[in-house]
Amino acid sequence: MSAAPAVAETVLRVRDLKKHFPIHRGVLSRVVGHVFAVDGVSFEIRRGETLCLVGESGCGKSTVAKTVMRLQEPTAGSVELNGTDITKLDQAELRSHRRQMQIVFQDPYSSLNPRMSAGAIVSEPLTNYELASGAELEQRIAQLFERVGLRADAMAKYPHEFSGGQRQRLGIARALAVNPRLIVADEPVSALDVSVQAQVLNLLVDLQEEFQLAYLFVSHDLAVVEHIGHRIAVMYLGRIVELADNADLFGTPLHPYTEALLEAAPLPEPGLKRERIILQGDVPSPMAPPPGCHFHTRCLYAQARCKAEVPALEEVAPDHWVACHFRTKGGPFGPLTRTDG
Amino acid sequence: MAVTTEVAVPVAPRAKSGLAFWLGRNPTIVIGVAILAVLVASAFLAPWLAEDPLAFEPTNRLKRPSAEFWFGTDQFGRDVYSRVIYGTRISLAVGVSVAVLATALGLVLGIVCGYYKRVDAIVMRVMDGMMAIPSILLAIALITLMKASLTIVIIAITIPEIPRVVRLVRSVVLTVRAQPYIEAAIASGTRNLIIMVRHILPNTVAPLIVQGTYVCASAILTEAGLSFLGAGTPPEIPSWGNVISLGRSFFQISPWIIFFPGVLLAITVLAINLVGDGLRDSLDPRIARRM
Repeated sequence: MSAAPAVAETVLRVRDLKKHFPIHRGVLSRVVGHVFAVDGVSFEIRRGETLCLVGESGCGKSTVAKTVMRLQEPTAGSVELNGTDITKLDQAELRSHRRQMQIVFQDPYSSLNPRMSAGAIVSEPLTNYELASGAELEQRIAQLFERVGLRADAMAKYPHEFSGGQRQRLGIARALAVNPRLIVADEPVSALDVSVQAQVLNLLVDLQEEFQLAYLFVSHDLAVVEHIGHRIAVMYLGRIVELADNADLFGTPLHPYTEALLEAAPLPEPGLKRERIILQGDVPSPMAPPPGCHFHTRCLYAQARCKAEVPALEEVAPDHWVACHFRTKGGPFGPLTRTDG
Repeated sequence: MAVTTEVAVPVAPRAKSGLAFWLGRNPTIVIGVAILAVLVASAFLAPWLAEDPLAFEPTNRLKRPSAEFWFGTDQFGRDVYSRVIYGTRISLAVGVSVAVLATALGLVLGIVCGYYKRVDAIVMRVMDGMMAIPSILLAIALITLMKASLTIVIIAITIPEIPRVVRLVRSVVLTVRAQPYIEAAIASGTRNLIIMVRHILPNTVAPLIVQGTYVCASAILTEAGLSFLGAGTPPEIPSWGNVISLGRSFFQISPWIIFFPGVLLAITVLAINLVGDGLRDSLDPRIARRM
């Protein structure tokens, strides 16, 4: 894992992003409540850097990805792409900014129009922005195909004639076509076989080095995240609970949830056992998130304060951000006192 | 694809060509198309196949079917056979025009409704309102407002058919709209109009063709019904409905006046529905794949 460039310009700056989905009930479809899918998320991504968003299903990580792309309208907050707040743009302005950011989807099957040939799929973004036409377009597509490891003569084929991994390569070629600076990857490998996952991940890493791409990489797979992420943000119930460098997060997890999450990951060595923290209960409903710290209902160290006060995401060590009342700037970072008896 | 080579290559006996194979799998389409072909041919060749449908001949009133008058004559001594053959023109013209107009308008409205939620809320309420009025009443109301002519009849039948097409197209659009490839198209900067035409429209074609055949059949029946009620095609035009309408009062003494146009009406509608059913089965991928 190559380290991200020390000082690089910020490509994406997300501030206090919120996305609340209204719940409609009854004949008059009155709003009876909200799903607090994303509830105040802030982070930055620099040029050539991969920020991984990790968390269990339903924590809002994909919603962050979609909202950053403005495929869903944010409820509040700002998304600055190269210094422009894209949440304020109208459709025409947004369209011109979309060139800077592209998305790779989770499902390589439904994200490609089955009625369009592979060449047509990859050429769509290019013709949209009138970047190339005729022979030049043809040549550019051939280049893109080659770059993502597909044969240029596969252009005339249709999506169903490709394997899952090849389809995801097509999706990457489409995202790459307009030379974006940011690629949002929404679980790009979770639908693939493990052997193919590695190939696609390595392709993403190679492309990042070649084009200095910034990635917002959404995943629930800790092994994948450890492999590809420069910095990692752990999400729980719509909020980021911990944000740190790859080594720091996996080496010294500071938030109780991160701790539990890391210990839940299987070890690749048979017979090796470790003491596990088994969380009790389920994730609370995002329609009625608990007050205070969202995690206090399941936290082994929770105290009265956690039920009342929302912990802010604070930088407790250099570039290590945690949202927990018991982790303050400067430490101590030792084990916490259990309160579960 | 077929390239002739001089080297003799042993080739396994190939299956029949694509179209022949497809038709063999869909006998209902073959039967329906065959019947329709005969009807279309007689509509086009009416001047050669039939006499003047309007020629009065008071001496030949209410003649039974015979070698001279195949389908008999009506109370004015007009040849029922000639009137029925000419009537084919009216019925097919109405059926095809209504089907084309209703699917075209319904397609545009349906795609826009399925794509834009705000338009949807307004247009669909209007469509619901239109569906609440019996189509024949709506057609009668429209015709009485204007001077009776074939064009007005076509328009009057088309309007009540539109809501069903809109609903069908809209439901397809709503399903397709949720596909990630539409999001992908938005993300890669595709304009809304192009998304609708390139990514959404192709998915509506198969169900629309099927719906079009049903609209066509029902339009033919509605036209006949309107003419029978005296609110449709002007009486000087020999449509099947008009022929039946005029023959109604003489039903007991000369049933042939309404028998022949009635039978043709039934056969036409049956043929169109056969084609529609066949197309539905062969265009629906879930059924087609099983073959």
